[in-house]
Amino acid sequence: MILDPLQQLGRKGLAYFGRLGRGHLFLMQTLAAVPGLVLRPGLVIRQLYSVGVLTLLIILVSGLFVGMVLGLQGYNTLVDFGAEESLGVVVALSLVRELGPVVAALLFAGRAGSALTAEIGLMKATEQLSGMEMMAVDPIRRVVAPRFVAGFISMPLLAAIFSIVGVYGGYFVGVGLLGVDDGAFWSQMQAKVDLNDDVYNGVIKSFVFGFVAVWIAVFEGYDTVPTSEGVSRATTRTVVHTALAVLGLDFVLTALMFGD
Amino acid sequence: MGHSRLIEIGVGLFVAAGMAALFMLAMQVSNLSNSISGDTYAITAAFENIGGLKVRSPVTVSGVRVGRVDAIDYDSRAYEAVVTLSIDSRYNSFPEDTSASIFTSGLLGEQYIALEPGGSETNLAEGDRLQLTQSALVIEQLVGQFLYNQAGKQQE
Repeated sequence: MILDPLQQLGRKGLAYFGRLGRGHLFLMQTLAAVPGLVLRPGLVIRQLYSVGVLTLLIILVSGLFVGMVLGLQGYNTLVDFGAEESLGVVVALSLVRELGPVVAALLFAGRAGSALTAEIGLMKATEQLSGMEMMAVDPIRRVVAPRFVAGFISMPLLAAIFSIVGVYGGYFVGVGLLGVDDGAFWSQMQAKVDLNDDVYNGVIKSFVFGFVAVWIAVFEGYDTVPTSEGVSRATTRTVVHTALAVLGLDFVLTALMFGD
Repeated sequence: MGHSRLIEIGVGLFVAAGMAALFMLAMQVSNLSNSISGDTYAITAAFENIGGLKVRSPVTVSGVRVGRVDAIDYDSRAYEAVVTLSIDSRYNSFPEDTSASIFTSGLLGEQYIALEPGGSETNLAEGDRLQLTQSALVIEQLVGQFLYNQAGKQQE
């Protein structure tokens, strides 16, 4: 009777560490299968379409609106100090350093990550994955690795598109509607945004986030309990875990990159 | 067949758009296009107080950007800050007695070094040290001085 909660705790702990270990072993297997994809680029291209191209629309629209809001809010704050000329710096730095990689990763998890988990999870639930194994086709090579590579390639591109669209959204609001000087907007931005410190670090962030987001997505799908409830839970977990991982990692990366 | 071709074109456009966005971030948004690249030569200048000058702050002549601050060190023998400036080698005809001052752009803006050419016949070369320097204005000192003066006036 007294041991019951303790047993429960132990079982939960073991299950948790078991999942953690499986996740990393799974990552090793996936990475080992990646070089083999050079021979079959068609698989990756098809996944690039569903992971990258189909995510493009939400990235474009969100980027535009995030940039416009940044322009509006930044202007209202800066105009009190007579510094509305710095609007370009504010918009570009927030997008390139933080919002581009982070928001793009969150949208990526919602749009592409959940779809990946549901797809792979359903393949497992309908025993397509075991069917492949029966035919001596390695599902990690055939199904998981192409999706992993496609996600890893797409994320930095999506984040860059998000940032640049956001900058133009801020430009549209700041210069077009609120009357900030056109030349000052760009020249201050170019003077203050550094290629190495800001742009490259943002790109590194988006690579890391892409890696984590797509890893969580394919693992949750592959490790799902093969029932309809299991698939739905795995899909939810993908979005929640990716969001937590991205935001936590963002703090660590920001502290490493900009916290000198 | 037509379907997979459409997919390929879509992916191609997507990757091209992503690359173009990265390229634009580098060229249009960041300082790559107006950074000083290519050949530079280094000169040094010693200041009593550099205020808020940073590495990579601009160096200007008549308001035109000709270089940037490369390094800031402290000389513990002379009790001075030693600033290394790297100047674009297109601008290689500054007289030896050029002076350097630290100014602030705008009221709260960043600090930069302004060079003022002198009248000497010989030009500055790699490794030379500027003899005439003017320290940064530290706003606390100014305010302190002002308050001191005001107090002095009231006593009279």
